Amino acid sequence: MSTTVSTVDTPTRGSKSARRVVDTLLRLRELSIIGVLVVLLVVTELGNPRFLSTQGIKDLLLNATILVLVAVGQAVVVITRNVDLSVGSVLGIAAFATGDYLHSGGNAVVAVLLGVGVGLGFGVLNGLLVSLGKVPALVVTLGTLYVIRGIDSMWVGSREITASNLPAGFISFGHNSIGGIGPIPYLVLLAVAAMVIVGDFLRSYRGGREVYALGSNPTAARLAGVPVRRRIIAAYVLCGALAGLAGALYLARFGNVDSGTGSGYELTVVSAVVVGGVAFTGGSGSVYGAALGAVLLTSINSMLPSLGVSSVWELAIDGFLLLIAIAVDRVVALRVATVLRRRSARRG
Amino acid sequence: MADTSSPTRRPLTGFVRWDTVAGALLVVLFAVSLGVVPSFGNTLNVSFVIGNTMPIALIALPMCLLVVAGEVDLSVGSTVGLSSAVMGALWNANWPIQQVIGVCVGVGVLCGLLNGLLVTRLGLPSLAVTIGTLAAFRGLAQIILGANAVTDFPQSYLDFGSGTIAGTPIPYAAIPYVVLLIVAVVVLHATPVGRSLFAIGANPEAAFFAGVRVKRTKLWAFVATGTIAALTGVFWTLHYASARYDNATGLELAVIAAVLLGGVDFNGGRGTLGGVFAGVFLLGTLQNVMSLANVSAQSQTVVTGLLLIISVLGPRVARQVAAHRARRTHRGVSSER
Repeated sequence: MSTTVSTVDTPTRGSKSARRVVDTLLRLRELSIIGVLVVLLVVTELGNPRFLSTQGIKDLLLNATILVLVAVGQAVVVITRNVDLSVGSVLGIAAFATGDYLHSGGNAVVAVLLGVGVGLGFGVLNGLLVSLGKVPALVVTLGTLYVIRGIDSMWVGSREITASNLPAGFISFGHNSIGGIGPIPYLVLLAVAAMVIVGDFLRSYRGGREVYALGSNPTAARLAGVPVRRRIIAAYVLCGALAGLAGALYLARFGNVDSGTGSGYELTVVSAVVVGGVAFTGGSGSVYGAALGAVLLTSINSMLPSLGVSSVWELAIDGFLLLIAIAVDRVVALRVATVLRRRSARRG
Repeated sequence: MADTSSPTRRPLTGFVRWDTVAGALLVVLFAVSLGVVPSFGNTLNVSFVIGNTMPIALIALPMCLLVVAGEVDLSVGSTVGLSSAVMGALWNANWPIQQVIGVCVGVGVLCGLLNGLLVTRLGLPSLAVTIGTLAAFRGLAQIILGANAVTDFPQSYLDFGSGTIAGTPIPYAAIPYVVLLIVAVVVLHATPVGRSLFAIGANPEAAFFAGVRVKRTKLWAFVATGTIAALTGVFWTLHYASARYDNATGLELAVIAAVLLGGVDFNGGRGTLGGVFAGVFLLGTLQNVMSLANVSAQSQTVVTGLLLIISVLGPRVARQVAAHRARRTHRGVSSER
């Protein structure tokens, strides 16, 4: 109790140093992911010198793109203390919608927008159900996961979109690099742009700060005048739209979509977000962290085969990595809380 | 608790709870299917319904206790798969079947302990932990058994997994299920442990200050879930006569759907095993009837999803309407005075 009093006594100094500690830790979090990533890349490169060739880097980036996009959207939803499990289904149906439109000879730009629109629509549905019904997001989005997958399967049936049915320009957009031969594909630019825009909005704009506020304490946020319901709907719409975009890009990248596309993807996405330091309890983490988490996960999955490790290890490694990430987070958070408490006690 | 805001004024609304609704729906669905769907009532089909629903029914018992305590375990499907993989691998290595089953149960206890310790000792959200162990356990199963399928289990055990009690459509596995059901009902609704589970789910801090051993009780609930899931893995393997690492993929979603359909509040502190029983068999019967009526598997997915959404929205909306009405009548009374 005395700790609260003392922080009130020295509000500016106490909160400033507290913020500095928290800031450093957040940066540490992202730095530590980068560190792990670099170490893994170096080890893999030493084991298999062809791993980091131009083509190798390009593949790594391309593999990460789609997960990064979905993880960015999911991160925003998780920051509001909710979750969207329907992203895999949304990705699947958006990919097929895009493919079906292109199949009948459509414009590529319109097709991508169509994918985004489909995702956006389902995002609105999820957002309304979660915020108006005041029911647990996990359950509602589990329901929409089923419903959307079911609609997708009924619509697709046993049909399948293959690369040969698609315009050549669309496919090459999914594979080619900037300037023709470099290691950075167009898709990566899109993902980075989405990440930076969302990240900057969350960091520097009122609406973004309100997302964090309502995630850390919904009641306090409501009392402070944050339009909680509207922000939650917006988070779901963004998440849906990005999943839809990811669906369109999935088609461009793999050129192959059937009724099972994206099933089970929600778990990978949630893993990426949590490994990236976005806490399930809401109000903390960043989309950059989530994106790095996504890159880390996809890179590990590309590294194992190049190191000659059988792919059966992938799933277990992903799972234990997630467990370690959340456990380490928790331990660090407890330490920090103790340090802050001790520091403010000393000052008081 | 909140929905009985005016128990004296409106005695009827007190009885119309979601679990009662689920039970009534089950009876109606059963009666209608018997009348309308010709092949539903024959002995073979009824035994199919019960046998195929058994895995969900088994895991839903401890899951109900967990959800009542405000936690959830998404790793149950993977625990079933891991147990199945261990069973296949050890049987291939010529272990005696009794020991194999013993090891499987032990694996389940360990899985439950890992989940429970991470949640209670480190204070991690069970959702995040069990998404992690969902991947981890399935991954271990894949490492242990690879893409192999083991099918040559002893015939007497296979008969237990798929046979029915002579002259009835009831599978043998229903006997241990009924025993477990009774145990679970007694534990949840008639013992201090059950009362503490409700207390923890309603308000963990208040429960702690009231002297409930919050962490230990939750840990036991997780261990029970892991153990039953592993037993279900043994049953699954024998029932379908196949041990594979990908057995029961996605089962966790069906179990949670059934538990919520039975009126258990996902936020904890509210729910009954009667409702869960109704929810499980409502889902199982509905799927069977839809298959018999040639409804495609895809449309069945839509129905499951819609049911899930309705089952959480329904009670919530009903409660809000009741609260709204109670407030209005209350206001009316006070203005009259």
